[in-house]
Amino acid sequence: MNESEIRLMKGNEVIAHAAVRAGCDAYFGYPITPQTEVIETLMEMAPWETTGMVVLQAESEIASINMVYGAAACGKKVMTSSSSPGISLMGEGLSYMAGAELPCVVLNVQRGGPGLGTIQPSQSDYFQAVKAGGHGDFKMLVLAPNSVQEMYDHVFLAFELAFKYRNPVMILSDGVIGQMMEKVVLSPAVSRLTDQEIIERYGSWALTGRKHRDRNIVTSVQLDPHVQEGVNNTLQAKYRRAEREEVRYEENNCEDADYVIVAYGSSARISSKAVEMAREEGHKVGLLRPITLYPFPAERIHRLAGRVRGILTVEMSTGQMVEDVRLSAGCQAPVEYFGRYGGMIPTPDEVYGALKNLLIDKQA
Amino acid sequence: MKEEIIIAGFGGQGVLSMGKILAYSGVMQDLEVSWMPSYGPEMRGGTANVTVILSDRPISSPISHNFDTAILLNQQSMDKFEPMIKPGGVLIYDTNGIIRHPVRMDIDIYTLNATEECARRGNTRLFNTMMLGGYLKVRPGITMENTFLGLKKSLPERAWRSLPDNEAAIVAGMELIRKRNP
Repeated sequence: MNESEIRLMKGNEVIAHAAVRAGCDAYFGYPITPQTEVIETLMEMAPWETTGMVVLQAESEIASINMVYGAAACGKKVMTSSSSPGISLMGEGLSYMAGAELPCVVLNVQRGGPGLGTIQPSQSDYFQAVKAGGHGDFKMLVLAPNSVQEMYDHVFLAFELAFKYRNPVMILSDGVIGQMMEKVVLSPAVSRLTDQEIIERYGSWALTGRKHRDRNIVTSVQLDPHVQEGVNNTLQAKYRRAEREEVRYEENNCEDADYVIVAYGSSARISSKAVEMAREEGHKVGLLRPITLYPFPAERIHRLAGRVRGILTVEMSTGQMVEDVRLSAGCQAPVEYFGRYGGMIPTPDEVYGALKNLLIDKQA
Repeated sequence: MKEEIIIAGFGGQGVLSMGKILAYSGVMQDLEVSWMPSYGPEMRGGTANVTVILSDRPISSPISHNFDTAILLNQQSMDKFEPMIKPGGVLIYDTNGIIRHPVRMDIDIYTLNATEECARRGNTRLFNTMMLGGYLKVRPGITMENTFLGLKKSLPERAWRSLPDNEAAIVAGMELIRKRNP
């Protein structure tokens, strides 16, 4: 098949193609709706016969993340995927990996919660992804694709960032983006890296077999609190660097906007239609879409808040990202929230209605 | 040009694959497309639906609740989606199995007895492509050439031997669709 050919694929299917083409060494996962097509597609592709990539269905999410830990400790490009309840089970492993400074890519195709919840789309794992993926002072870098093409592109970006920062990177998607089909262009495949190439590019920290070098120790346990405080300082320095270098966002119609909607992922798609509707009725509304949720585009939102009349945060949760938007805006402009949750998806009309009720009509 | 289409019916009627053929035909026509299926609890209860959007501009929301066209293949879908068609929009349905017929006066309503025709041809699996043919007759936005290409692209290679029958079903659907008397 032609490499640059336009294909029609589900977000979940494209993740599998991206993993193989990004030179991923191993995928470990456990099925859960709405992301089971990831492992299904990988099994159909059988990459162990072509690139040598390992694909394994583990016995649980806990096993999956610990297999990821093991492979990552050996310097491998490794990933897993799950949906909300399964990601909760991975929390311990993610904390250990962050503590041991290991790279990995984790996809969360969110569904409604809490608990086993529903299999319908949701964005209610924002706090979990951005603030507390597990215990301890750690951060994951979090990417939020809003299309099938970005699902593909973000796998490449996530691996790049995971190795640059030696840190878990989460792709925070949801049932809409995972299940929908859109056009996608698959970029040419890159080869899997050898141990030597990993060392040349990212330094010698992995367990590649000790020959002519000092011992590499991969661990997250430091019983001496002085040492553990130092580990935390190292991590924090890394996060500050990510905050300087990795903020990504997209703006649409913000230049002359009186009001700005802040939304990510599928909510951003729905909100961009609300922006079209508002513009048709003569309201100057724009959309700011965070592409990285951590690091968050705080500075950009701060600047926008200084000159707009109001900000509406739209998310499929009871109001999580709105806290970060308020912190960023810093009382310069009213920041309101609108959302549907528990597996319900807001309509563009509802978003536009909320914008009018909460901001435009109030200030008229 | 932008067309938002809902296709809904029972699982097994080929609802999702009809949407996929339509979406792929849109790709062949160089349009932007999105295909958003139901995958939730309603699917486990036996009904399935898919929203297909075809547009000559990038598609903002893949979610819609106002449809230009509805292709409704069972009673539950009729009850749910008839009210969600835009005024001036199109409703296409197979009268087989429909007890409460559509009542909207502000839309164009078409019927296509595809169940009956497929039974006559001895191949009920052509049902979805026949309905698709009816749609293409009423909303001629995609060329036949691109539709046949889309059909081929959406099927795995092992199913290509069914292409002639499906192509014939599309043509038959175009001939058999009727505007319902007001």
